[in-house]
Amino acid sequence: MSVDTVSLTGWGRTAPTTAVRFRPRTHEEAVAVVRGRGPRGVIARGLGRSTGDAAQNAGGSVLDTTGLARIGGVDAAAGLVRCDAGVSLERLLRVLLPLGWLPPVVPGTGRVTVGGAVGSDLPGLDHRRSGSFARQVSALELLTADGEVRTVLPGTALFDATAGGLGLTGVILGATLRLRRVATALMSVSTERAGDLDDLLARFTAGGDRLPYGSAWIDLTARGRATGRGILTRGEHATLDVRPAHAGRALESSRSGGPRGRLLLPGFPPLPAGLLGPASVALYNEVRYRGAPRARTGELRPVPAFLHASDALPDARPLYGRGGLVSYRFAVGYGQEETLHRVVRRIAARRGPAVRAVLQRFGAADPGLLSFAAPGWSLALDLPAALPGLSRFLDGVDEEVAAAGGRVCLAKDSRMRPETAAAMYPGLTDFRELRERMDPTGAFRSDLSRRLGL
Amino acid sequence: MKDAFGAPQSLLVLGGTSEIALATARRLIALRTRRVWLAGRPSPALESAAAELRGRGADVRTVDFDALDSASHEVALGKVFAEGDIDVVLMAFGVLGDQARDEEEPMAAVRVAQTNYTGAVSAGLVCAGALQAQGHGSLVVLSSVAGERARRADFIYGSSKAGLDAFAQGLGDALQGTGVQVMVVRPGFVRTRATAGRPEQPLATGPEEVAEAIVTGLRRRSETVWVPGSLRVVMAALRHVPRPLFRRLPVWRS
Repeated sequence: MSVDTVSLTGWGRTAPTTAVRFRPRTHEEAVAVVRGRGPRGVIARGLGRSTGDAAQNAGGSVLDTTGLARIGGVDAAAGLVRCDAGVSLERLLRVLLPLGWLPPVVPGTGRVTVGGAVGSDLPGLDHRRSGSFARQVSALELLTADGEVRTVLPGTALFDATAGGLGLTGVILGATLRLRRVATALMSVSTERAGDLDDLLARFTAGGDRLPYGSAWIDLTARGRATGRGILTRGEHATLDVRPAHAGRALESSRSGGPRGRLLLPGFPPLPAGLLGPASVALYNEVRYRGAPRARTGELRPVPAFLHASDALPDARPLYGRGGLVSYRFAVGYGQEETLHRVVRRIAARRGPAVRAVLQRFGAADPGLLSFAAPGWSLALDLPAALPGLSRFLDGVDEEVAAAGGRVCLAKDSRMRPETAAAMYPGLTDFRELRERMDPTGAFRSDLSRRLGL
Repeated sequence: MKDAFGAPQSLLVLGGTSEIALATARRLIALRTRRVWLAGRPSPALESAAAELRGRGADVRTVDFDALDSASHEVALGKVFAEGDIDVVLMAFGVLGDQARDEEEPMAAVRVAQTNYTGAVSAGLVCAGALQAQGHGSLVVLSSVAGERARRADFIYGSSKAGLDAFAQGLGDALQGTGVQVMVVRPGFVRTRATAGRPEQPLATGPEEVAEAIVTGLRRRSETVWVPGSLRVVMAALRHVPRPLFRRLPVWRS
């Protein structure tokens, strides 16, 4: 087991804190870390993709799970696979796809671990059909504060607290996942352009759930009549009969899972934040919007390239400058589209340089006490932290979202007020109670839990 | 914990009646700060400062702290850190002294040096140790441009600030990689109660401007903050002016 003292941040590179990082390779070593923890507790950390401080523990221990990376055999009869918490979804997809299986819920990036996907209860592109990640987990191995490894089954209070529980109920060591059978490694993708937000929402809703996977990019720099215009991308698994003759190669190439992430300018220091100014971003968004097809259906794409489209792009973080970036992801229920409109208008009016802005549509709420997804619309965007007045602006958006009965995603958060979080997540009271009971000394803590008083 | 914009949730002010510190506290309370500790010698001024901040919605507590009593710092400040994490420590105590009188009475000059430098060394080390143990936090040290180059008009005060400034810079380097940030703030002439009646110097500011610069510095995780920012350039030039010429500069003698 390797041990070192490191300064850690989330993906957004804001608010660094220092902790002792342990990287166990076996469950026994992980148990030893939790048993031998100091007064400031321990938190699990996977690939560090949370933008905020969810996987940091100032002055305490951080248990890096990436050394726990075994994938067990696939139980073909039941459609189950057991894997360690440190396995990345990208790797899982690469291993399972050639066998004709797909991991249960595939979020927009494959560079998250199974443990992280459970702890944040990530919703996939087909949330209306499959729910969030933990909904497709049939058992969890959880290392709790007393140093025991428990098997936690869905339907129990501990499972519901752990799903979306941000690692605060214990360290997830492994999970058994329900798999989906797929006939090909291809997706049949339809892309369409929407001229404004109303048009985008209407297109998203049209056609029911015939195409189960869907997400849209919103151009948050467009103003006036074009406010909220975007590109809607939806897909379904291609069946064998639509597979063209040359698709054999595409099937093969899907093994590689697309190009590895690379730095935009390798070796260069962070660029000045001004590079990501309103004008350059507006231009980029304009080109992106114009470059998309007006309407196209039946395009075949390898599964990883469709599900993890953003992973093929280079790491854009240097563009956000030294201050790092802040992610903001919120959801509002159906019938609250007016709030979505207002927020999009406010961002557009501020001319914030938002390159990444993803609109998703959620189905039934997940049972996790702190799970993010709830029926309605979700918008996720990244902004440079150095943007003047961003703090107050997002506080204002928080209020608007809370007033509409919506919520802000905790796993990505790096700036919310504790009161706001408590108001948005009614399950927090039960969550605190369960933690108080299971973990009275506060063995599992993170900077996020300290900041929001979770 | 500090948020992504460097706004702290808890603040410890050493020198709880300092106008700059209170202006900073008011700004931070408007952002995220919920708990404020005001450390200082017990006085009605300290209590009224606490009451004023309470009125703004913060949970304010006071703690006895005497910069001159270095031996007591560990106990007094240890109590504060035992109550929970402190995200930002603002070292704002210090005395200007009276140059003419201090030159006549060496013991008065020593008091200035002890308050501004020795007191800050012991308090700074105690706080740095506690921040290091919690793995995060910022130590904001109020230095002064007077420490950048000694002037005839206030070299006793200036030399104490020069010592403090060097100490804070070294401490910041020592704490690299521990998660603790040390920020040195170098204001020029600040219009406060302490400077009332003194001849105002060029590039003078008020406590509000200094507070604003501190909040911005926390957001940017700066190591050095000049207030106003232009002083950085001015002092860079003045630092290299030959001494015979420097002595003749009218503004810098008064």
